[in-house]
Amino acid sequence: MKVAVLKGGRSLERAVSLRSAARVEDALGRLGHEVLPLEADVELVKRLVDEEPDLAFVAMHGPGGEDGTAQELLEILGIPFTGPGVAACGRCIDKVLAKHEMRSGGVPTPDWLAFNETAFRELGAADALGSLEERLGFPLVVKPSRGGSSLGVKFAESRGDVPGALVSAFSYDDRVLLERFVDGRELAVSVLGGEPLPIVEATPHSDDGYDFEARYEIGRTSFVCPAQLAEADAVAVTGAALAAYESLGCSGFSRVDLILGADGPQVLEVNAIPGLTDTSLLPQAAEAAGMSFERLVEKILDLALTPAAA
Amino acid sequence: MADPPHRRRAHARSSDLERYAGLFAERTRVMRSSAMRDLMAVTAQPGVISLAGGLPDTSTFPPQAFAAQMTRIAQESAAEALQYGPTEGFRETVDCIVEVMGAEGMLPDPEDVIVTTGGQQAIDLICKALVDPGDVVICEAPTYPGAIPVFCSYQAETIQIECDEEGMRIDELEQTLERLDSEGRRPKFVYSVPTFQNPAGVTMSMERRRRLVELARSRELLVVEDNPYGLLRFGGEALPPLYQLDGGDFVIYIGTFSKILSPGIRLGWAVTPPPVMEKVVLGKQAADLCTSTLTQYFVREYFGDGRWREYIESLIDIYRDRRDAMVEALRRYFPPQATWTEPDGGLFIWATLPSYIDTSDLLAKALREDVAFVPGQAAYVDGRGRNSMRLNFSAGDEDEIREGIRRIGKVVAEQVELYGALTGGHPAPAVSQPEKEPENVVPFRKTGEGSA
Repeated sequence: MKVAVLKGGRSLERAVSLRSAARVEDALGRLGHEVLPLEADVELVKRLVDEEPDLAFVAMHGPGGEDGTAQELLEILGIPFTGPGVAACGRCIDKVLAKHEMRSGGVPTPDWLAFNETAFRELGAADALGSLEERLGFPLVVKPSRGGSSLGVKFAESRGDVPGALVSAFSYDDRVLLERFVDGRELAVSVLGGEPLPIVEATPHSDDGYDFEARYEIGRTSFVCPAQLAEADAVAVTGAALAAYESLGCSGFSRVDLILGADGPQVLEVNAIPGLTDTSLLPQAAEAAGMSFERLVEKILDLALTPAAA
Repeated sequence: MADPPHRRRAHARSSDLERYAGLFAERTRVMRSSAMRDLMAVTAQPGVISLAGGLPDTSTFPPQAFAAQMTRIAQESAAEALQYGPTEGFRETVDCIVEVMGAEGMLPDPEDVIVTTGGQQAIDLICKALVDPGDVVICEAPTYPGAIPVFCSYQAETIQIECDEEGMRIDELEQTLERLDSEGRRPKFVYSVPTFQNPAGVTMSMERRRRLVELARSRELLVVEDNPYGLLRFGGEALPPLYQLDGGDFVIYIGTFSKILSPGIRLGWAVTPPPVMEKVVLGKQAADLCTSTLTQYFVREYFGDGRWREYIESLIDIYRDRRDAMVEALRRYFPPQATWTEPDGGLFIWATLPSYIDTSDLLAKALREDVAFVPGQAAYVDGRGRNSMRLNFSAGDEDEIREGIRRIGKVVAEQVELYGALTGGHPAPAVSQPEKEPENVVPFRKTGEGSA
């Protein structure tokens, strides 16, 4: 089978995408497929039309590749592709939209307030900031609505931290959210074709405090898979993750990030196309389930070709 | 088409990672790969005006001269130029180095000179010879971003001393040394780029140079003077290097051909007292046996025709115009809350924004406008510098510089305006990060106009 691997692009997660793609290309080669590495640039459509691949493996992260843009193009060209479809990507990439969907679907997610930049610039939304403390309580987390990894995510201990944190978050997107901080264990559940893989727990090394950049960095964060959880907790976490996956209409594969706090699991976000690098969580979870990276890639291809099975 | 070249199969599994994790040396824990590094990956995209690099302009080096020199080497010394050389470097290279240092008034003993693979290796070898894990190393705040990974990889505890428009604050250095004394600790060395500092662009004043050298003598403290830019002076009066003031007893000197000839030839040097040299040579033997013989032959040829000073003069003319273009653009496009340095030489301007602007985040916004810079945080070990940025004016032409600054100015203005809206129309000094000391927030005054 001729498989195009879409990678790179102009997203801030370009470097991660290139690492994911390199690994996928290797695995595809070993599985005996014809590999067509494709950088997501102005030549992309032309190359796809000329080369007529049987399938596209979307190994892109962040806006452009994970937000439905590439997927929309592939649908138009009639090329089957891996991972969630256009609508699910669009919902996952936008944390605010995703939280609305999850809440109306009964999926537990921390309380939040969302703002557009226009609201502050033109509509005087700053006047509403004063009531934040009552609504969400401090500390809280300020995030750009769209954007991957930890970029622009800030921790606000008190009201004084909020304006600066908002300016940072608005650097990445014109919509941001303020989210109630939930103290608890950081977990990730990867879902493959509707089936949960073993839960990964990330434990950032304490000396980094609330350094979001440290969260998924080997050496600054320890990862345990499967996470050591009580049976009831594991069931609740897996249940919440599957509910989130379904409420956002995901298919193929995705990764759900949660916090297990005192009141049970709370879903923070769903990554439509999680990283596939050698330090990424989805491959770790697959391996804990006894699935090699090649097997994982093969399974992802199968799911893309038989969407009904997802 | 031929098969692609073999490369390492990306077959690592998480169990492999765990296995490797147990093998990693302690020092790798402090070698950080960060989200910022991923950000910087985007700056190399086509279409992005990058003011982020530290690249000298090598485009004006005459290709005919390059070809003639290499041809001469091939015809006259092929076997030697392709052979290993002495660890300390060839005597002929050292002669060129002595000539370059002489141009700044220094007279090193050729025996004290070692040729290194760029100035960067000199920093590494000096640390290798002197620094044990936990040892204190002192440097400027901000400091050369490329020195930080070296200090980290030798597990030094790095203390940064504030800079202002006269360079490193020697009073603060003295206080720090006294505090360390009281703790029974002695720093292994003070690292400084006293002239046209990277990243800040400032030059240490004559008085502070004297005081630093006196301090080094009275305390028997080593100072490492890194001087890549001293000959790239566009204005003002030349000041003597620390090495010249001290005579080489307590000052270790690092030089390089990177900025006056080519960074691609990877040729730098260190001048150290003989006991230190002995250890540095052993360290270099372990690292790479010797510096590239071929590029040492190239330098020998290049200096042979005696026109190296003319080439530097031509670079100075180019860089002066580019600095002027950048300063003019900063005055025009940056908001009044911003400050910046106006260096008399070197490659960099350091701009400081209101404290509520985090330049790492600003970079994300700037990249959407296809422009890049180095966030100030890269020049600190302790998270400071978040509201500053390093701007390079040597790599691009004047039009690119103006357009780049215009684009950065646009995103900065948007941030300033937004902060004003968020705080009720008062874009006052931020209260968001009270742990920052005021002098860290705006370490440099802007010279000239633009503050109205």
